[in-house]
Amino acid sequence: MKVAIIDYGAGNVTSLAFALKRVGVESISITFEADELLRSDAVIFPGVGHAAFAMHQLKKYQLDKVIPELKQPFLGICLGMQLMCEHTEEGNCDGLGIFNVKVKQFPDHLKVPHMGWNTVVPSTDTRLIESDDWFYFIHSYYAEISIHTVGKTDYMLDFSAILHKDNFIGCQFHPEKSAVLGEKYLKSFLNLVE
Amino acid sequence: MKGKFKQIQSLKYSVTMLAKRIIPCLDIKDGRTVKGVHFMNLRDAGHPVELASYYAQSGADELLFLDIAATNENRSTLLSLVREVAAAINIPFTVGGGVRSIKDAASLLDNGADKISLNSSAIVNPVLIDEISKMYGNQCVVIAVDAAFILNEWKVFRNGGTIETDKELFDWVKEAENRGAGEVLFTSMNHDGTKDGFALEALKTMVGRTKIPVIASGGAGKIEHFRDVFMQCDVSAALAASVFHYGEIAINELKNYLKQNQICVR
Repeated sequence: MKVAIIDYGAGNVTSLAFALKRVGVESISITFEADELLRSDAVIFPGVGHAAFAMHQLKKYQLDKVIPELKQPFLGICLGMQLMCEHTEEGNCDGLGIFNVKVKQFPDHLKVPHMGWNTVVPSTDTRLIESDDWFYFIHSYYAEISIHTVGKTDYMLDFSAILHKDNFIGCQFHPEKSAVLGEKYLKSFLNLVE
Repeated sequence: MKGKFKQIQSLKYSVTMLAKRIIPCLDIKDGRTVKGVHFMNLRDAGHPVELASYYAQSGADELLFLDIAATNENRSTLLSLVREVAAAINIPFTVGGGVRSIKDAASLLDNGADKISLNSSAIVNPVLIDEISKMYGNQCVVIAVDAAFILNEWKVFRNGGTIETDKELFDWVKEAENRGAGEVLFTSMNHDGTKDGFALEALKTMVGRTKIPVIASGGAGKIEHFRDVFMQCDVSAALAASVFHYGEIAINELKNYLKQNQICVR
């Protein structure tokens, strides 16, 4: 199986590549080239850095046009998931619009970033995770609950921990940093590859 | 949306479901852990990767690596160590010691560190906090502060607690937060090494005055100390070194104890 990790030059994709190796992925390509994404069995988009900068980079490589048309299993992680949404308050910028969801800033009275281990409650119709599992989060913005929400987390308010629509999945937590359950989650994503 | 999710029981012991974190700290010199470590089931207890894997498997929520020598000569050793740790463990880890420039931070992050901890270099050159957080996000900048209570005031020290600065603890933490630090690690020099418990009063004040998560450090000796710091100060995490390294406190037992005391842990 060949997995592409989208790297638009904003930092750390090393951890994700290591995690994929740990769950047995042999061929990993770290890339920003559209052709390379199209040739892969699965694509992972680990957003890092600032939303506006990340969107700028996606547009620069025309990935904003390519990504929504991809047919293979696609996983956006953290900011990656947020950029798959319609709009984010971070830098007040429009995302890829794959999920019809808005991304908002956590309210003022909370400790922000929402940093650490929290539970994800799966919807009754998802098989991506099984029960109320622990995952590692680190973020200051959150995606609202929507019809695409298949996993939700409570940090004073409920937000989307996992979004799923067709071949597109987004998760707010970092599976590559979420111990054994994170690796299990990566495996269930990779199982979607036919 | 109703009916799509199972109802989960709300927890009476916690305002949020965000777990309190337990963080072992590993001191590194020349690519090896320094403090004696007494675990029977490790092949090489001095090897940071072995120890890190052990802690990750025993339920540690995060790890902190502190390069205590932090000389330029040792930098490449540290970077290859960071890479090895990132390949081996599946929980987040922070690296600190000797990060003096955005370039230092970049090479640690590129090799797989999740967060960078800044201490003396941020005091000498506070703009470093702005630079790293702007480039990589504030979630990866931990401001580490060593302070001592002297003449009714918490004074900040640098260079491993050897040089007193003119900074007051809470002002400095606030400044670091405003500059873009995403988390604060506070070590009370009055409590560090005493095994007499954490600096509860100061931590309470800090949690009240800052919006970013606070990690308590210095003074852990018994499991009750962890209960007290979480219950009384509502800190986000507690860090310790020797009680874990010497096997005086086992992380799984500590977590069971905290659970029994209605504290949310993973």
